[in-house]
Amino acid sequence: MDNSSDATGVRIGMWLFLYSEIILFGGLFVLYAVYFHNYAADFVEGGRQLDRVIGALNTIILLISSFTVAASITAVRRQQKRWAQGLLAFSCGCGALFLVNKYLEWGAKFHHDLYPNSATLVDGPPGQNIFFGLYYVITGLHALHVIIGMSLLAWSLIGVSNGKVNQLHFGRLENSGLYWHLVDLIWIFVFPLFYLVL
Amino acid sequence: MDKHTSQHLMPYHTLALVLGTLLILTAVTVGVSYVDLGIFNVPIALTIAATKVSLVLLFFMHLKYEGKAIVVSFLGTIFFLAIMISFTFWDVAFR
Repeated sequence: MDNSSDATGVRIGMWLFLYSEIILFGGLFVLYAVYFHNYAADFVEGGRQLDRVIGALNTIILLISSFTVAASITAVRRQQKRWAQGLLAFSCGCGALFLVNKYLEWGAKFHHDLYPNSATLVDGPPGQNIFFGLYYVITGLHALHVIIGMSLLAWSLIGVSNGKVNQLHFGRLENSGLYWHLVDLIWIFVFPLFYLVL
Repeated sequence: MDKHTSQHLMPYHTLALVLGTLLILTAVTVGVSYVDLGIFNVPIALTIAATKVSLVLLFFMHLKYEGKAIVVSFLGTIFFLAIMISFTFWDVAFR
């Protein structure tokens, strides 16, 4: 069995799946762009109600976790098992922190009567209703991806611990890492589009 | 073993450098968002986002060191995404 081509094949498979994810979120971003075009003023007003600080904090958390995941691959390949475990556990922690922030953020929005089908949104301007609808769908779907990504990272952490993921066979970690980076990529676009529209 | 070592290994310092750049770009995009530049706000925010995404793709996802199969198929995906976005906009903008 040719190890090299095998490892490449494993990555190609993961990338093919990531393409479908890119198109999925791409479709939602097109939806956002078209409604932004139609209801620019309402979208700007909606964006002002989102917490820029929490958004920026979550961006930083995801960027750091992406770095630690990438570093954990280097650690595994250099046979620094302890480092790899620590980095992966830290990345999972970052994901959890992201979700806690998201929970607080959504909670605050619910508190202000800004949630799908709430009286404020239904009776308010249509553009704002659409803005928050897209906000919940896109950040919700993204949060689901964070949960899946954390599970994959935890699965890789188990692999590193029991030696199934090692310097020779690290496809599981690599593909989980690719998924985690995709989650980061999507957030990099979500953040300016929703939080920074002025 | 030697088959695997042929695959590029990202040194820690390169990854840290990429992270540093990403954090600086985040600070820039947040800073710029407080300045009203009229129609230029969105393009600037998207340009910075695209730069950040490119860095993540090239280094964290090591696309820079991948073979043709992954690079070409990835660019193909982006091409179709661009078609989806631009054709939708032709329709919406000139309706």
